[in-house]
Amino acid sequence: MADTLTHHAAEENAEKLWEGGKQPFKISYGKLMMWYFLLSDAFTFAGFLIAYGTLRVSMPTWPVPDFVFSAFPGGLHHKPLYFVTVMTFILLFSSYTMVRAVQEGHRENKNGVVFWMILTIIGGMGFLGSQAWEWNTLIAKEHVSVTTNPFSAHTEYGVYLEGDGVDIKEGDTFEPGTPYLIHKHDGEWHQLDYRVTEGPDAGTVKEQEFGPKSFGALFFFITGFHGFHVLSGVIFLIIICVNAATGLYIKRKNGYEMVEKIGLYWHFVDLVWVFVFLVFYLI
Amino acid sequence: MGHSYEKSKKIAFKTINILGLITIVEVVFALAGKGYIIEGVEVSTAIMALVMIALSLTKAYLIVYEFMHMKYEVPALVKTVLLPVGLLIWAVIAFFTEGNTWLNYRSNLKEKNEEKVENREVKPPAKQESMILINDHNNLG
Repeated sequence: MADTLTHHAAEENAEKLWEGGKQPFKISYGKLMMWYFLLSDAFTFAGFLIAYGTLRVSMPTWPVPDFVFSAFPGGLHHKPLYFVTVMTFILLFSSYTMVRAVQEGHRENKNGVVFWMILTIIGGMGFLGSQAWEWNTLIAKEHVSVTTNPFSAHTEYGVYLEGDGVDIKEGDTFEPGTPYLIHKHDGEWHQLDYRVTEGPDAGTVKEQEFGPKSFGALFFFITGFHGFHVLSGVIFLIIICVNAATGLYIKRKNGYEMVEKIGLYWHFVDLVWVFVFLVFYLI
Repeated sequence: MGHSYEKSKKIAFKTINILGLITIVEVVFALAGKGYIIEGVEVSTAIMALVMIALSLTKAYLIVYEFMHMKYEVPALVKTVLLPVGLLIWAVIAFFTEGNTWLNYRSNLKEKNEEKVENREVKPPAKQESMILINDHNNLG
């Protein structure tokens, strides 16, 4: 008898929990839906990054990241991954300031929320500016486009028969995996001639080939898609920051939930960057 | 959430420091593994990739569990968000196998394109024979 009673009570409780007006996940509808939106977005990004990986392993040669991404503002060269590390730190820093804004929101401290959100906005803009600089270097100076990729790496041993006046001198030797960039002067590509020194083709003269076409398309599309997320994030951060400053969320008395929601989104953008950083720059 | 304001502040500060540290380790390792830091020392790409993936997953864990507060959510919610992500493990395995197959096709194609046929007198074979020859040629690869 007692058994059936408790059983009945538990069933009733479970029913009550799900019949509305309560939060079984102890989280508001808005935050829950933000989580599910981010889950679907994670699949979109994962699809892109897996496509990148698949195409990369299917090519006999691929541009070498620490050669491609080695420019630094101020005309510096041969600084492998320095700039992109700076970008990563800007985004990490803005993620931290976002956490602080959410924490100030929990204790209903309006000025704290606004202060930390402004820092987050600055961080987001700094990241976008850095990305614009990186894209500009690739497009305007190195002439990478969605359909043309002058970055590649050798697959044989050989010796150059001419120099490009920048990095490569006549007589320079190379081995499989040595990266190169085909330069463009006055609208014309200069593919250097070289002689193969080892292997079945030893002795033949060849010219530098363009790298896998898909590299440019994948790079601009994936980092562009991420950058677009950062851009929309900055816009929403500004809107919510203004709302917080005008005192709109004080009236709601829900611990600045809007700040929490944009916080989730902002951390997700940082999370995606962790993986973009991994596949494009580190590996 | 679950903690006092002061304690959450401390945890956030500690987390961002660990994230920054891991990022530095990643970059140093990426450069050291390719001989940028110590001349002549190189680590195999497979080991490098494994270490990088492990470090990145650690960063992802810290961001999702501490910054996004996943650690303090109801277990059922955590499951609805994290379990579907498991599907991606198979996607990665399947697509990388596919990519490898394409690589084999490409090198096979290149080999065949470079193959030179010796100049010899070709006797026109009987129709039946030529079919067999074509089949044999295809089987070579």
